[in-house]
Amino acid sequence: MKETVIKTDKLTKRFGDFVATNEISLEVYKGEIFGFLGANGAGKTTAMRMLCGLSIPSSGQATIAGFDVYKQTEHIKKHIGYMSQKFSLYEDLTVLENIRFFGGIYGLSNADIKTKSEALLNELGLQDEAKTLVGSLPLGWKQKLSFSVAILHDPKIVFLDEPTGGVDPVTRRQFWDLIYNAADRGITIFVTTHYMDEAEYCNRISIMVDGRIQALDSPANLKKQFNASSMDEVFFELARGAKRGE
Amino acid sequence: MEAVVLNNVSKTYGKERKVAVDSVSLTVNKGELFGLIGPDGAGKTSIFRMLTTLLLPDGGTATVDGFDIVKDYKQIRNNVGYMPGKFSLYQDLTIEENINFFATVFGTSVEENYDLIKDIYVQIEPFKNRRAGKLSGGMKQKLALCCALIHKPTVLFLDEPTTGVDPVSRKEFWEMLKRLKQQDITIVVSTPYMDEATLCDRIALIQNGRILQIDTPDKIVQSYPDKLYQIKADRMYDLLKELNVYPKTLSCFTFGEYLHLSLTDESEQAEKELIQHLQNKGFHNIEMGAVTPGIEDCFIQLLKK
Repeated sequence: MKETVIKTDKLTKRFGDFVATNEISLEVYKGEIFGFLGANGAGKTTAMRMLCGLSIPSSGQATIAGFDVYKQTEHIKKHIGYMSQKFSLYEDLTVLENIRFFGGIYGLSNADIKTKSEALLNELGLQDEAKTLVGSLPLGWKQKLSFSVAILHDPKIVFLDEPTGGVDPVTRRQFWDLIYNAADRGITIFVTTHYMDEAEYCNRISIMVDGRIQALDSPANLKKQFNASSMDEVFFELARGAKRGE
Repeated sequence: MEAVVLNNVSKTYGKERKVAVDSVSLTVNKGELFGLIGPDGAGKTSIFRMLTTLLLPDGGTATVDGFDIVKDYKQIRNNVGYMPGKFSLYQDLTIEENINFFATVFGTSVEENYDLIKDIYVQIEPFKNRRAGKLSGGMKQKLALCCALIHKPTVLFLDEPTTGVDPVSRKEFWEMLKRLKQQDITIVVSTPYMDEATLCDRIALIQNGRILQIDTPDKIVQSYPDKLYQIKADRMYDLLKELNVYPKTLSCFTFGEYLHLSLTDESEQAEKELIQHLQNKGFHNIEMGAVTPGIEDCFIQLLKK
């Protein structure tokens, strides 16, 4: 049986008269790579903030890793990881210091932090850079490190907000290797991206338009449904009708 | 005639003399839509800032419209339009005030060159009394483009205008550029999105401050050296791992719903062997065929050199 780790039912967020996220309902399963797509301004960030326990919904229900988004936001935060393109590690701390800092924040024991940082440095091939300031690392390395730090505490779910913006195509693919690895280990991946080829790497995706989820299925089924040859076409077909900008 | 010429232009930063631009030479012809394609840190912004006379090169020479970027900086500043990657208009002025301000600075008026910006301006005109800081990302982008165009520049420099923008808005933006090109404005645009490369007349692929290749998108694609296959099967990630250890794999990487694969042996026999091998390894629904490479394939291939 599939274990559901994210479940929302008509989840809504209003700002005054503006309905940023309008009755979204979805289920995401353990170990799944779920792509959360939509045009700028479709309401993705607002939805994601609710799922991370950072914003209280206006109406509707949701549980994240079994915890309620109204009452158990602190529990949610302990059981998820979060990474965005803008979220940066501390540039004036070294690689190792960043790992130790975030390990501490997530409440890992010193012994745990020690073993995990060694494993992480090995996995990323950053052993020689352990004492390098993060600020002087290339962007691609920062992104990989940032992802690894976001899953340091073995969260049930990791939220990735446009994680691969701006890097070269080879680094972008290496980043996806890390994502697949984490999913293999049972971590659920919830990811937003503007690269439509990356949408293909997801098990299932949803596409938001003007606050609502207009489509939700596997990439193959969506292409069938919209009679399209690529996800780019599916996205275009759905999002070109959007009324609101960012 | 050439609109922009760079001759061995270099730029280093800081005490360590970290190289941002490494002896770059290229030429952009008048009326061309020229793309600088490369990831963050490739040196695109440094090149733009030198060509717009905001930064001095450490080596080499360059001209814009025949004017030297060091000696004739005043002429260049009057002639070119520049849209930086970061939104740089006055946040506390309205749309209308920003456009009027830039028109006045350049000694012209909105009326004089209204034709040029009309297509774009009508889309933001309903909000002309709104402060720039309160605009959506898409509207900011359109306003910035209007302000960069208002003095009818001969060359327009656009630094990553579509970064972080969704695919639909990106398409619209490129359609605006095509219309501008018809007005005889030379456009130099940078982007990290490889799929936008095909929309340019010519492109330079750039990485770590160095030019990897300059040509038309078609010719770059034609110069791809190996036969490229697309392949898929159930369990795509396992397929990738398997192909990466297969002895006859030259290169293999994910590409949308398929993997892109080159083999050391391009014979039909080798194809059959591979499919047999994968079937033996328990892969089902294997689909394999030749595919035309895209710019992204070329970029990946060039990065390996």
